[in-house]
Amino acid sequence: MSDAVSVVNGASFDGAVQVKDAGLVGMVTLRGDLGSEKLASGVKSAIGLTLPEARGVKAGTKGGVAWMSPDELLLFCDYEQADALVGKLDKALAGEHFLAVNVSDARASFTLTGSGVREVIAKGSPADLSPEAFKQGEIRRSRLGQVAVAFWLSAPDTMELVCFRSVGEFVYDWLCVAAEKGSLPEIFNAG
Amino acid sequence: MLILTCPNCGVAADETELGSGGEAHLTRFGAGSSDADFENYLFMRKNARGVHFERWRHSYGCGKWFHAARCTTTLEVFGTYPAQTTEPPAELIEKIKQKRPDFEGFSK
Repeated sequence: MSDAVSVVNGASFDGAVQVKDAGLVGMVTLRGDLGSEKLASGVKSAIGLTLPEARGVKAGTKGGVAWMSPDELLLFCDYEQADALVGKLDKALAGEHFLAVNVSDARASFTLTGSGVREVIAKGSPADLSPEAFKQGEIRRSRLGQVAVAFWLSAPDTMELVCFRSVGEFVYDWLCVAAEKGSLPEIFNAG
Repeated sequence: MLILTCPNCGVAADETELGSGGEAHLTRFGAGSSDADFENYLFMRKNARGVHFERWRHSYGCGKWFHAARCTTTLEVFGTYPAQTTEPPAELIEKIKQKRPDFEGFSK
């Protein structure tokens, strides 16, 4: 079998912030009744995390979990572990009405690092990225330019961003242009 | 710019994040209905000036449908409510009546 390669193959760009292809990330979409105890315990045993609140995102040692919509979660794990994670969920949730799919190869992930990450994203998204409105622990599904993305802060100056792989190269190029040196208004981190 | 708060995920979503679904609370006439009813369902819309109820989809966000009540002349948004209903909630109607005394209530 051919080697799996992430969308821009690990490329990175150093501008006002650093834009980096986050490499291969295991991602599993889980749809089902998020109020079900069986689903919560299935996720807990598979990834070691409790379900996040609405729009919440959590990371642990075995991976992460993000709230995508009232009936959908996105689970993160090592790329090689994704199929095993689907297997675990299928076993734990047998009998429930649910869907678990390995979507690792259908997604691209990027990591932005630097004090201006909020402003880089704010150039292309209608989301309120001010420090008062957008806090660590929240995932925001929105658009960047004209494509759908989801992003969250994994640290105060680190933004993780996920998009469809089909637009991954476009998003990377877009982020690199938006992160040009000297192009940020520096309002969000001024005081 | 229109900003609607999605009742499914709580995000105050910008118009550009949303997909418009047209007039809300249509009664569907399908096979077996009269030609007049079917034509009415398929083509005839209120095109209201003033209070209007619409369907919207948070397409770039959580992907879910919801309803919104707004004024087509001032773009004032009266409120949003879940998609799983066939008419607007009574408290929203009450709120609109307070703001627009000549509003006669929701009619299909």
